Amino acid sequence: MISQVFILTTSGDHLIYKDFRGEAGVDAIRTFYEAVTALSGDQPPVVMVGLGVQSHKGMHFVHVKQGGLYWAASTKSNPSPFTVIEFLNRLAALTKDYCGSLSEKSVRMNFALIYELLDEMVDYGYIQTTSTDMLKNFIQTETMSSKPFSLFELGNVGLFGAETQQSKVAPSAATSRPLMFTRGDQGGNEIFVDVIERLSVIIGSNGVVMKADIEGEIRVKCYLPGCSEMRIGLNEELSIGKSQLRGYGMAVRMDECSFHQAVKLDEFDAYRILKICPSQGEQTVMQYQLCDDLPCAPPFRLFPTVERDIGNSVALNVSVTLPIPKGSVSLSQELSSPDQSAELQSKNKALQWDIPRFPGGAQLSALFKLEVPGLSSASLQEVGPVSLCFELPKHTCTGLQVRFLRLTPTQPGSSQRWVRYVTHSDSYTIRI
Amino acid sequence: MPYFGSEETVKELKRALSNPNIQSDRLRYRNYIFRVIRSMTQGLDVSALFMEMVKASATVDIVQKKLVYLYMCTYASLKPDLVLLAINTLRKDCADPNPMVRGLALRNMCNLRMPGITEYIQQPIMTGLRDKAPYVRRVAVLGCAKMQRLQTLTEIDATIVNELYGMLRDPDPVVMVNCLRALEEILQAEGGVVINKPIAHHLLNRLKDLDSWAQSEVLTFLLRYRPRSEDELFDILSLLDGFLQSGHTPVLAATLRLFLQLAAEHPAVQVDALVRARGPLLNACGAQSRELRFAGLCHVQKILKSQPGQYGAHYKRFFCSYSEPSYIKFRKIEILVELVNDENVGLVLEELRGYCTDVSLELAQAAIAAIGRIGRMYSEKCLDILTGLLGLKQEHITSAVVQTFRDLTWHCPQSTVLVCRAVEGCEETIQDAEGKQALLWLLGVHGGKINSAPYVLEGYINGLKSEMSSAVKVELLTAAVQLFLVRPAEMQDMLGRLLQYCIETRRVIQGPESDPSMGVIIGRPEEPVSNWVSTFNTLTPLCGRVTSPEPTTSGCTNHTTQNVVADPLAGTSEETEVYTPEDKQGVIGMSLGPTLLHEDFERLWLELKLSLRENLGFPGPRSSPETLQAALQLVKMQTLAFSRADTLPWKAYIYTHCSGTLVLAELLQPTAEPESDGMVLSIKQKPEDRQVLQEFVAVLKTVLQTLIKGTS
Repeated sequence: MISQVFILTTSGDHLIYKDFRGEAGVDAIRTFYEAVTALSGDQPPVVMVGLGVQSHKGMHFVHVKQGGLYWAASTKSNPSPFTVIEFLNRLAALTKDYCGSLSEKSVRMNFALIYELLDEMVDYGYIQTTSTDMLKNFIQTETMSSKPFSLFELGNVGLFGAETQQSKVAPSAATSRPLMFTRGDQGGNEIFVDVIERLSVIIGSNGVVMKADIEGEIRVKCYLPGCSEMRIGLNEELSIGKSQLRGYGMAVRMDECSFHQAVKLDEFDAYRILKICPSQGEQTVMQYQLCDDLPCAPPFRLFPTVERDIGNSVALNVSVTLPIPKGSVSLSQELSSPDQSAELQSKNKALQWDIPRFPGGAQLSALFKLEVPGLSSASLQEVGPVSLCFELPKHTCTGLQVRFLRLTPTQPGSSQRWVRYVTHSDSYTIRI
Repeated sequence: MPYFGSEETVKELKRALSNPNIQSDRLRYRNYIFRVIRSMTQGLDVSALFMEMVKASATVDIVQKKLVYLYMCTYASLKPDLVLLAINTLRKDCADPNPMVRGLALRNMCNLRMPGITEYIQQPIMTGLRDKAPYVRRVAVLGCAKMQRLQTLTEIDATIVNELYGMLRDPDPVVMVNCLRALEEILQAEGGVVINKPIAHHLLNRLKDLDSWAQSEVLTFLLRYRPRSEDELFDILSLLDGFLQSGHTPVLAATLRLFLQLAAEHPAVQVDALVRARGPLLNACGAQSRELRFAGLCHVQKILKSQPGQYGAHYKRFFCSYSEPSYIKFRKIEILVELVNDENVGLVLEELRGYCTDVSLELAQAAIAAIGRIGRMYSEKCLDILTGLLGLKQEHITSAVVQTFRDLTWHCPQSTVLVCRAVEGCEETIQDAEGKQALLWLLGVHGGKINSAPYVLEGYINGLKSEMSSAVKVELLTAAVQLFLVRPAEMQDMLGRLLQYCIETRRVIQGPESDPSMGVIIGRPEEPVSNWVSTFNTLTPLCGRVTSPEPTTSGCTNHTTQNVVADPLAGTSEETEVYTPEDKQGVIGMSLGPTLLHEDFERLWLELKLSLRENLGFPGPRSSPETLQAALQLVKMQTLAFSRADTLPWKAYIYTHCSGTLVLAELLQPTAEPESDGMVLSIKQKPEDRQVLQEFVAVLKTVLQTLIKGTS
């Protein structure tokens, strides 16, 4: 059971503090903050404060870090860490749903709402409910949004590429706005289905893919006030598990998948259709994994240069990090276009090359010259492996597609349905 | 927290809240109440506004009500007399037609933590338990627990307990779970809520209706239930089977723990459950939330202790990602070491090699230590990598590698030749004390095989004045003496200078202690699941050591003495059987040779069955372990390893060859009271020979008793 829940900024300001059981005082927060900031770097999510302060004897603090804030819970019993961590994650997710975004500012502005949420979610330290459907009946405070929202606001467009409107891709900022439960004004009739894949790849120095894992999820973000059932059709030739094979063409394969509790799977086996009654807010409908057997070539390759081999697409915010020998003093660079940048981070002993936009099929090259005093042949061993960080919109590496998205009963007025695909790099490493 | 200008703020708020103009304007009034709560959260003491806030609670605006209640619950204990003013409003709200208002009022009334509130809340709670709205019943049930806590001294109210047991059949799932929680707290003194067969089966059947939070909690309550028969057990297991695949990690973990605990008598079922939960657990280890990842990794680590082979094929899932925080990386490295096997060793080592040049020094050193630990099984490959790392000539890497070398030669002597070749020339790069100690230890023990050893020592002896660490000096002295015994001509002069220095500075050099970690049992005997299942899915696996994956490093510096004592004596005894005619034990011949290596001892110890276990009835000798070792040498028993003299439980491992059989023995002093408990002697023998065994025990006893007499 949870004794207290609090939200802190990284500088230690209290944003939210709620005591459920009266087992420890407010000064527990300070104890926690001191423990978490005592050492440099991130601390593991469970901090135990034992001796010393008498009133906090044997007290555990579990925290997660989201949106640059500490979301922490204290407890005197010994509960399941998974439960407490998941609860804090859920609290952060709900805050994001209700406030639009997760930041110090939005939490500060909506503190009354968060107190209200906490009051309904937890009673006497026991989790009561966290489902948006249940909570929306009880939450009365209105969201305070820092900026008025407009879907067609141009400032939103950049995030997912410039051709947003033409190609019917909703800007990613479209979902960073609060759920509006009571008012059915602009934007109330929208539903977003996001297929998000996280790619983690290791490519050996000889160009052979040594490890390739994809962790994917289908996330639904629903703003529709009343939606009884939604049907999501996936690729019919989707096969699950190692042995199963469907269809004749290029099968879309995944090793394992799991579904949200509320998903009805009666048509999944035959037609690969997921049926769900989405509640308002964000939820992960399906999660899936694919290990070791990528259906397509990995999106980046690096010889002395980084090469792309996917046609007709764009990669955004690519950043390449290359560890370099200790003691490198200066860097000279030849980059192929002016918007790219490269810098030497001597603290991290690395060289970072940023490419804001990377057209598909293109090949970029860069030549870096480093000055290393006292270079020995062994220093060359310190070069590499190269890590890539990127975002590929409109692309899934498994090839998973949403064939259709049907809502029943048909929504009155024009409801907007968006399906978006994006692949992120979780860890993309190329050895030299 | 003292706040600058706090009194001003409180005064201003007080003025505003009591201003009738503001009170009549709903929005402005509410805004001021917001400001009060905000100040409260920031740590400002706004308890002076209690009166005004009580007034503000009489409103139809629910948002405002909620905020005022939050305020009242925070300060109730400070202003108990003023709270009574609010009780009336709260009690009126408890009868409101709107269930939300009823629930809200009841919940907050129970949250007012102050003495004497019980008489006011008892009636509303009892009414709430029978309310037609489940929302109110949920609140009322937990209210019972809160009430019990407020009146700790009074007896448990049996009517409430019965009522709550009855309400386990409530149609609302949350009410049901709340009943369990409330009963658990109320009956805490009597061991918590009783889960008998009907309740257990009722809970199991309702499991599907619950949300995932409640599911995992109910599964935890079910840990308390013991099925009556095998059939019932397997019925329950098959009911739970589906939950092992749950995508919701808390449910998965709770189910797995329940499975492991229920099937404690059926190891095959346990293994099967672990296999089935592997996929979901691996997903938790790759979850987007890194905190969840960490929790998953910690639990996988526990499982690996019993089932090292289970995750071997999934080793790639434990490769570090460069963006992960270091606490996750350390765990992953530890896991990689544990799951290494013949198939994956090459790729795992290659991956670890990559971490050795990481920016973070701790990570690099952890990775090097990890390679060293893998080296105990796959020494050749690891030595290649470690030797390659020396070429980088970086202080922290070289130091970590040399320390790893020391541990490696200690645990697998076959690597000594390669280590001796690699270690030459390292002395220029090593700067820290830990690294120097390791290098000196290597030079002392294996100096005969390292050509440049005397010159390196000479360098250290010449720089003695600037050396700060006393541990390094002690190690240097030991190494110089050791090397002198092997290469006297080269060492004589500098040893003289060193001793001269020692005498001049009159620094007493305390002798290093013996190896505290039982070097013998370094392998991984598979732990039974029951060792960790009681802490599974609790916070315990996430606490504890995080930073250092090699816990025994500090102990390794203490190898020295043992070898110093053991080596020369073992050298003189050769492989001849020596009879000790003056003693009656001389009837059986015991001999030291052929020498048994640590790993052979360990393998045999794990392989053989126990031949004899006996409580000797007298405590262990108080004399130093070295004396014991020397004494046992006299009767031709070789001490292989022992704990430090002052540690408990104290252990020693002994072996001897005797009339064609090999006798292995363990001496164990389990507790701190030497008077009450004697030492426990366990003996394993290959091949079995009863007579020899008895003789051996007799000799050992005589030696130990003689030692005790000698010291007392």
